[in-house]
Amino acid sequence: MPKKSVGQFNIDFIQILNEAGEADPSLLPHFTEKEIRQFYESMVFARLFDEKALNLQRQGRLGTYASIRGQEAVQIGAGLALQASDWWFPAFRDIGISMMRGLPGKNLFLYWAGDERGNAIPPGQNDFPIAIPVGTHIPHAVGAAWGAKIKKDPIAVLVTFGDGATSKGDFHEGMNMAGVFSLPVVFLCQNNQWAISVPRARQTASQTLAQKAIAYGFPGIQVDGNDIFGMVQTTKEALEKARRGGGPTFIEAVTYRMSDHTTADDASRYRSPEEVKGWEGKDPILRLKIYMEKTKIWTPAFEEEVARNSMNRVLNAVTEYEAMPPVDPGEIFDYVFEKPTPDLIEQKQNLLSPPKE
Amino acid sequence: MEKLTLVQAINLALSEEMERDPGVVVMGEDVGKDGGVFRATLGLLDRFGGERVIDTPLSETGIIGAAIGMAAYGLTPVAEIQFLGFIYSAMEQIISHAARLRTRTKGRYHCPLVIRTPYGGGIHAPEHHSESSEAYFYHTPGIKVVVPSTPSDARGLLKSAIRDPDPVLFLEPARIYRSIKEEMKGDDPIPLGEARIARSGKDITLIAWGAMVHTALKSAEAVKKEGIEAEVIDLRTLYPMDTGKILSSIEKTGRGIVVHEAPLKGGLGGEIAAIIQEKALLYLEAPVLRVAGFNTPIPLPKMEQVYLPSPEKITAAIYQTLRY
Repeated sequence: MPKKSVGQFNIDFIQILNEAGEADPSLLPHFTEKEIRQFYESMVFARLFDEKALNLQRQGRLGTYASIRGQEAVQIGAGLALQASDWWFPAFRDIGISMMRGLPGKNLFLYWAGDERGNAIPPGQNDFPIAIPVGTHIPHAVGAAWGAKIKKDPIAVLVTFGDGATSKGDFHEGMNMAGVFSLPVVFLCQNNQWAISVPRARQTASQTLAQKAIAYGFPGIQVDGNDIFGMVQTTKEALEKARRGGGPTFIEAVTYRMSDHTTADDASRYRSPEEVKGWEGKDPILRLKIYMEKTKIWTPAFEEEVARNSMNRVLNAVTEYEAMPPVDPGEIFDYVFEKPTPDLIEQKQNLLSPPKE
Repeated sequence: MEKLTLVQAINLALSEEMERDPGVVVMGEDVGKDGGVFRATLGLLDRFGGERVIDTPLSETGIIGAAIGMAAYGLTPVAEIQFLGFIYSAMEQIISHAARLRTRTKGRYHCPLVIRTPYGGGIHAPEHHSESSEAYFYHTPGIKVVVPSTPSDARGLLKSAIRDPDPVLFLEPARIYRSIKEEMKGDDPIPLGEARIARSGKDITLIAWGAMVHTALKSAEAVKKEGIEAEVIDLRTLYPMDTGKILSSIEKTGRGIVVHEAPLKGGLGGEIAAIIQEKALLYLEAPVLRVAGFNTPIPLPKMEQVYLPSPEKITAAIYQTLRY
């Protein structure tokens, strides 16, 4: 009866573009200058949109809002890797991907202003609306991938969530099923180090989050989430593998939530300014800019154009959002079921034309 | 036609619906090779294959959560939860997602999901196998709740539940899975939201669902000897509730009793009594009574009969109401 090793596992960490803006030539895929400019412009746009949302909130023109600052590379990278026919299941700190998928900016403002019309995903865009309960959307992505497999649709499903979600049962049940049935789904964890005030180390004693995939029988990989090249490449490969029938992948994108949890939070209560400052040097936009400067892709004129175009798009979205007519109160009854039940009809009638004395 | 039990009728409805619509997928614990712990899915795996009859891991949240994703993707999953008492870990999926998907996406997505699950006491089962927690679901906007009490109704209602574009919780009274046999009354789906007059009577209205319909019928037979004609309404669908049939019966009899296995407090008996007093107060000759489970967890089998409504308990309530 021998004692022997029955399993050996390894977790890779990928970084193509480092903090100094240097790309590893052995890992760097061929990106055209146009593509690199698109990476930059998309990240700048996401940051400006995010800043505008925070400003609107401070002015009382938007409700509670969850900033993505610092996570632009994860989101733009994943957004670019998705194809239109793929499905995506977002969490609540995901506006970067939403915009890459084509969700009108006005929808995002509407949702964060408490107007459910923001959740109406346009026809043809295969995405779920924002999921507020943490991690509970993970099994939905697994189910959609299962549906695709049953229908033999060659698509992939992406689901995004944070480090906190990896402590939830929904995450584990979803991952387990994806592994058992080899489903075309990519789990992208944006490990931004904080779940409100609880640090990553309090979520799990695991050395990495990526290794959780090992237990479910499929690969987990860790990527520098502030490296747009690494994010685009890793997500693209995982989605392609899923579309080919190669099964699920778990990607842990190591990044940082530069902002408070939401506008209702004050992160200085639980984390040090030094820690935040340390991550400022790892900024995803900054490092791409340095790389572009070094490779002569960046020019002041390009920067100006990007800033102008992005700001115009943001301001247009604000204008569209604020021009939305008010919601008809009766509408709250209209989507509970396909056909309203008798009590809904009665309640709607009573709301719109209250019975007279 | 051959006479079928309630569980056989469910099996028939499942196979008919899977035959009709290739998008119908049956999933759950032990539903494949084993044919379900009550054999409700017997033979489906052989007939429809492993892609449509899926033995899942032991994972209630995963089953319901994945079924929601499948439903949104365009399939019609019929998920089995082995006993209602095990559904609680999936409550967040049901309440926060399945039931809200249409509303929160303004109709962009909907959730044609059926959750089948045996429920109720009287089957001498271990702990957590005899729950009757329909009120949680009735209380949840966006989900329909269906409970058959006869084999024919089980078949027709399950067909409607599967064809319904919104989530349906289909509660199967395990106690009468095999105790009644009947010939199927036609192939047609039975519309959701329509109650059935299980017995006509002019003196008092008994309102029940699931296994309690039969308990109420026994009580109605017992008081018949004293010349009392009790009407028994089998609600069949709890949500949306057929209040029309309840009210027209009360208008006729002037007296009503609601019978349910679930605990008295916060149970549907209170809801039905409220509907009756809101809409038919002046027809009432007596307060609407409730014969229900106690506000204790349902006891293990040795004490179960103490807890459950019985014909005797209902008969006592009938006399109390008539004497009022």
